[in-house]
Amino acid sequence: MSAAPKPRVKIPKKAKAGEIVVLKTLISHEMESGQRKDKDGNVIPRKIINKFTCEFNGQPVFSCDIDPAISANPYFEFSAKVNESGTFKLTWVDDDGSVYTDEQTIEVA
Amino acid sequence: VPAFQFLPGRALAAPEEVGKLIADFAGGKEPQSGKITLTAPEIAENGNTVPISVEVESEMEGDDMVNQVLILADGNPSADVATFAFTAMSGKAAATTRMRLAKTQNVIAVAKMADGSVYMDRKEVKVTIGGCGG
Repeated sequence: MSAAPKPRVKIPKKAKAGEIVVLKTLISHEMESGQRKDKDGNVIPRKIINKFTCEFNGQPVFSCDIDPAISANPYFEFSAKVNESGTFKLTWVDDDGSVYTDEQTIEVA
Repeated sequence: VPAFQFLPGRALAAPEEVGKLIADFAGGKEPQSGKITLTAPEIAENGNTVPISVEVESEMEGDDMVNQVLILADGNPSADVATFAFTAMSGKAAATTRMRLAKTQNVIAVAKMADGSVYMDRKEVKVTIGGCGG
C-alpha cells in the first residue's frame, strides 16, 4: 500500500488587487490506470483522482475532470484573479470516494 | 514501474472515437483554428509524464469567456485525458498538467467559448519510451 495522498500547493502569499496569480498544485497518488496487470495476469483495478477543484472565498476558480491518462502524482498549474484577501480551497476526489483538501490564504492589498 | 500497460487485445483509441468525443464536446459547432495554443514537447523521452500546457486568448469577461477545454490523445488506450473548466475568476484561460502517452501520437486541445464557438489545436508528440511498460 502506498502512503496516504499528500497535497503540495504553491500559491503567492501576497498580491495586488486585480492581479492574476499562478497556482501550482500536486498531490501524491499512484493514479492506477486500470490498464495494468499484476504478475499473475490479473487486471489491477483502476484507482485515480478523478476530479480537482479550486475555489476562492467559496467561488469556483478552476476545475478539472481527470481521466487515467493523467500522470501519477497529478500536477495542475492554473491562474486566479484576486480582488480581495481570502482563502483558496483545493479539493481532490478519489475513485474510492476519499476527498483530500488543502487551504491557502492570500493577502491582497 | 510501468504506469500504463495495455491489456492484450485492447484496441487503441480509434480516430472515430476521437471524432465523436470532439463532436459531443463541440455541440455541433465546427472547431476553428486560432485562439487556442497547445504546448507539448516535440519528443518525449518518457511517456509516463509528458508536460502539456494550453492557453486560450480571452478577456475572461462577459461574452469573451472560455468555459471549458477538452484534452484528448488519439493513440492511448482511451482518448480522454482531462477537461478543464474556467470561470471569470480564473483571470486567464491557461493550464498546465502532466500526462501519459502510450506511443507517438497527437495530443488535441479543444476550447468551448461562452458564445458557443469552438477552437482546436493539436501537436504530435514523438514518444521514445511509451508510458505503457514497453
